[in-house]
Amino acid sequence: MWTAVLGAGIGCYLLKLAGVSLPAKVLEHPVVERIADLIPVALLAALVAVQVFAEGTRLTIDARAAGLAVAAGLLVLRAPFLVVVCAAALTAALLRLVFPGL
Amino acid sequence: MPDLGDEPAPAERRSIVRDGIGVGVATGVYGVSFGAVSVAAGLSIAQTCALSLVMFTGASQFAFIGVAAAGGAPLSGVLTALMLGTRNTLYGLKLAPLLGFRGWRRPVLAQLVIDESTAMSVTRQSRTAARIGFVTTGIAVFVLWNVFTFLGAVAGNSIGDPRDYGLDAAVGAAFLALLWPRLSDPRNRVIALCAAAVALGMVPITAAGVPVLVAGGVALLAGILTRAADDSTEIPHP
Repeated sequence: MWTAVLGAGIGCYLLKLAGVSLPAKVLEHPVVERIADLIPVALLAALVAVQVFAEGTRLTIDARAAGLAVAAGLLVLRAPFLVVVCAAALTAALLRLVFPGL
Repeated sequence: MPDLGDEPAPAERRSIVRDGIGVGVATGVYGVSFGAVSVAAGLSIAQTCALSLVMFTGASQFAFIGVAAAGGAPLSGVLTALMLGTRNTLYGLKLAPLLGFRGWRRPVLAQLVIDESTAMSVTRQSRTAARIGFVTTGIAVFVLWNVFTFLGAVAGNSIGDPRDYGLDAAVGAAFLALLWPRLSDPRNRVIALCAAAVALGMVPITAAGVPVLVAGGVALLAGILTRAADDSTEIPHP
């Protein structure tokens, strides 16, 4: 497990270093630029979906979905990041307090 | 490219620093969740802390321990973490000309290239503002994420289920908050919906970590296809 931990860790650092070291010209290529814009959008959207609606290999709607809805509402109202994240956690925690197992 | 000579006013500087520390606190809080979940997945406290110190990119870390918890091969955990980590390479490509770090600062500050520090710097109107946003957010997140990872790992099961505190919901909300500014672009909204749908479609049929990677493939495909579409409109040259 240590090999995997350190290998993945150092690999992730080298990926960061490559990003800040490669010439910016790489981004001037239209396809690379477009993909560079789209990949974070796709990955973040997928992470939101999986983080909220997946339970192992099962899809589910539970207290996390309520937390996400509250977060989206607060983002529409331009609330700060900290408020959004805490409100989502609080919503899920309170729902589970009232409805255990949700 | 913003006007790099435009210096931020003191009030704006304070606001950028405050936001950066706010992001650091919010991220640090769910570092507890990472620590607790990682130990529950079978990693030692030292391995958990090493992930936060060396890997230091939350999505990859959660994906790595997710695969470990699901009993997946360590190698697939490594690959998932690395694929997710390529996101930071793209962030770095965008950040490097904006921040303009040289010499020893570059390899050191490279470690701070993550979702949060990128989001808090790419939207700034000047190089100084971008640097303040990047460094403040990066250091705040690094310190607090590592401290809270350690606390979460040590507390382990004694703090109970991280879900009782809604920490799992906080992670999803944090990803949504990072995604939000990008959704002002209609094309990005379409991509985000497609990616989310594809990822959810893959959840029942693939191992932990894979759905998100497949969704990344959607972006790759869209990038290539929209390029082709643009080409056809660009053909008439004077």
